[in-house]
Amino acid sequence: MALTALRQKHLLGIADLSPDEIVLVLDTADAMKEVGQRTIKKVPTLRGRTVINLFFEPSTRTRTSFEIAEKRLSADTLNVAIASSSVVKGETLVDTAMNLEAMSPSMIVLRHASAGACHLLSRICKASIVNAGDGMHEHPTQALLDAFTIRERKGRLAGLKVAIVGDLLHSRVLRSNVLLLTKLGAEVWVCAPATLIPPGLPQMGVRVTTRVDEAVAGADVIMMLRIQLERMQGGFFPSLREYFTTFGMTEARVARAKPDVIIMHPGPINRGVEIASEVADGAHSVILDQVANGVAVRMAVLYLLAGGADNETVA
Amino acid sequence: MKRLLKGGRVVDPANGRDGIFDVLIDGDRIAEVGASLSADGAEVMPVAGLVICPGFIDMHVHLREPGQEHKETVATGTAAAVAGGFTAVACMPNTRPVNDNAGVTQLILQKAADANLARVYPIGAVSRGQKGEELADIAELKAAGCVAVTDDGLPVATAILARRALEYTSMFDMPMIEHCEDPSLKGDGVAHEGPVAASLGLRGIPGAAEAITAGRDILLAEMTGGHVHIAHMSAWTTIEAVRQGKSRGVKVTCEVCPHHFTLTDDMLAAPIAYDTNTKMNPPLRAARDRDAMIAGIADGTVDAIATDHAPHHYDEKNVEFDRAPFGIVGLETAVSITLDRLVHTGVITLSRMVELMSVNPSRILHVPGGSLAAGAVADITILAPDLQVTIDKTRLVSKSKNTPYHGWSFTGGVAATIVGGRTVYSNPAVKLT
Amino acid sequence: MPVVMDAERISRALTRIAHEILEHNRGLADLALVGVRRRGVPIAQRLAAELTTITREEVAVGALDITLYRDDLMGASVGLAPLVRKTEIPFSIDGRTIVLVDDVLYTGRTTRAALDALTDFGRPKSIQLVVLVDRGHRELPIKADYVGKNVPTSRQESVQVHLRELDGVDEVLLQGKA
Repeated sequence: MALTALRQKHLLGIADLSPDEIVLVLDTADAMKEVGQRTIKKVPTLRGRTVINLFFEPSTRTRTSFEIAEKRLSADTLNVAIASSSVVKGETLVDTAMNLEAMSPSMIVLRHASAGACHLLSRICKASIVNAGDGMHEHPTQALLDAFTIRERKGRLAGLKVAIVGDLLHSRVLRSNVLLLTKLGAEVWVCAPATLIPPGLPQMGVRVTTRVDEAVAGADVIMMLRIQLERMQGGFFPSLREYFTTFGMTEARVARAKPDVIIMHPGPINRGVEIASEVADGAHSVILDQVANGVAVRMAVLYLLAGGADNETVA
Repeated sequence: MKRLLKGGRVVDPANGRDGIFDVLIDGDRIAEVGASLSADGAEVMPVAGLVICPGFIDMHVHLREPGQEHKETVATGTAAAVAGGFTAVACMPNTRPVNDNAGVTQLILQKAADANLARVYPIGAVSRGQKGEELADIAELKAAGCVAVTDDGLPVATAILARRALEYTSMFDMPMIEHCEDPSLKGDGVAHEGPVAASLGLRGIPGAAEAITAGRDILLAEMTGGHVHIAHMSAWTTIEAVRQGKSRGVKVTCEVCPHHFTLTDDMLAAPIAYDTNTKMNPPLRAARDRDAMIAGIADGTVDAIATDHAPHHYDEKNVEFDRAPFGIVGLETAVSITLDRLVHTGVITLSRMVELMSVNPSRILHVPGGSLAAGAVADITILAPDLQVTIDKTRLVSKSKNTPYHGWSFTGGVAATIVGGRTVYSNPAVKLT
Repeated sequence: MPVVMDAERISRALTRIAHEILEHNRGLADLALVGVRRRGVPIAQRLAAELTTITREEVAVGALDITLYRDDLMGASVGLAPLVRKTEIPFSIDGRTIVLVDDVLYTGRTTRAALDALTDFGRPKSIQLVVLVDRGHRELPIKADYVGKNVPTSRQESVQVHLRELDGVDEVLLQGKA
């Protein structure tokens, strides 16, 4: 029998999901995408449920995407944005969460600078915890929307060559994508300067290279990761200019991939650093599709977690 | 008053003894050790089936007083020590204020005298305020009762400061104890750099960060003739550096903590992901590193087992992994872990365990103990080698409960702890009638 | 297990309903069929084929998934979330007569959800309801306009509709309590 529900109460990371659970999320997102194409983009599914978006890091893209997804499912949403600086002098994450928990939310969507923050909350909260990015650990809904976008364009994930290029060391998007793509049978290549390659990647079933031409050769999908300016200051590479000339995605490099390659980026993009504008805005780019699909995928996640077998009902 | 410990197995490598003997205590001294001693006029303690050892000395403990009494005090820390079978502890200077002057040293010793449980040997700071700039008043610290110096919690900041400290301490027969860590390589790391940290998204601390500083200090000890003691080794490369140093005749000694010869960084992921009770510095490392610690213990490279007992309050550990302080409590688990994982598995003998936990710490720190010779101070640890022990953090004597071993079962434990002829701890689970 | 309707009976019922729809609406002008997933959809397609056979006119068919509108999903007793399937209504329903098609009419709650869902797509001129089986026990004031067969049941029984397109066979079974 086909899987109809997730086996977990929380979405802490792709690491916890089985391949059939991932496919369930993607299939459910297919249906959710249709809701977003209607004139009235709203269904009553989560009426009366409260979802708290608890963001300890600034995020426009992910937070608005979750908020739209929640509103389309008719959940009552509450945005709590806490600057990290006030946490230092103020209450702990656990205290903040327990205070919010007292308001009986069904779900807490958490973005936090520390890896494992969602695991910590999942041990103390009754609400389902949805990881919206925890430090350098995981960003599972980003990987799910990336997979959804690839599947939408290519019809499948298994057997595709996916090249991921950029800051592999600090990227939660990388970890979630590697876990997801390898679980669904894609051939994943990762590429970065040697200073930005974490240990243990080969054990995760990916091919590691520092030569971008090798990574993109014959690729079906090129996924770019954001390079943050502070990495240069941290001495990981000498200059943004040198990074772009050595690793930046240019039209010449894209030409080495398959003719129907798609170019992805989780955003926000640094034009002229990791990706040339002609590529970001070009015919192969699906960057804006990713944004649109993010809402459908997050609706699917919220729906599946709300209906999960273990979910406590909050009256 | 006389007491006779009758019929136990006496393991006293300093005097070449391992067999069934009686131990006669007179006042605070050992009067005689021999077969079938007369009980005449003595209170008899039947200890058949138990193991009588010279008192265990934990040469790496954080008692947190003064300044962080919510984590531990000298009184609670020494109560935990005797419950864990330690008759003496050496306490680290990273208190608030730092133990870099005679005033703090005397305060600690006064608190220890008030508690009157385990002996306490303060360790002074290498540098004033542990700031790594200028030497602390080491002669003053020595006169006040300090037995070693260290900037533990931090490495001795520069090679030149380490050189001066090694030269200076050599005048007083004090070791310089080094917390080996290259600050630039450690960065803001929180876990062993490897696949586990990478998959958890935790910033890494490579083993080389430790070995580099160990290598530096071993070269400086060789150059100056000073004595460096490498604390809490965790990386296989560090133990390799010590082994090479020893083979060249350098005055280098070293210690390993029980968690580094039992656990690996896999513990960070499971059974409880991001459990802050698996966060310590140096971090739990890979299986290769753990196995190197066991090999070093077995082949004699390692001189001492010390706990790095680092109590932290529940609230301080109930936070994000990044934000949690490093360290775990260790005083009350070390003996059971060592018996279960090293002695019962045949890695070492009981005699070697006594060397690691009593004879060598006494020798390294130049403090009394390590021997059950007639006339020696009657500091005795009595082991129940077959006792079944299940660690329950809620029942720890220490003020803090931050242990990764909660719920673990071990074979072997402490039966009783005798300090200066006085029984300061006896385990209710062991009958001593 | 008693067979309430066999293939021939189902076929005849659908032919009859097609004629009734035509008679009631005086033709196919501005009429569209919307099947409720899953088994309402093949029934709607068969009705559309019948209507085309009779009138030689094409008739639009859509598919409606009502999972996101169910009132038992997020209420007091949460069980497994049903699989959400895609709603496909590739035409405007504004001003049209929509014939909603489902396999079984029972409590009326599915139909209620379907009405809510449909009205989110626009403002039909009217909505009519076709069901293959009406087994009674309504909990809401809902009545079918066209019924294949009325089957009196007890609440302990269950009615199972099998269709060629999904199940390989056309039959309606009445299953007693387990």
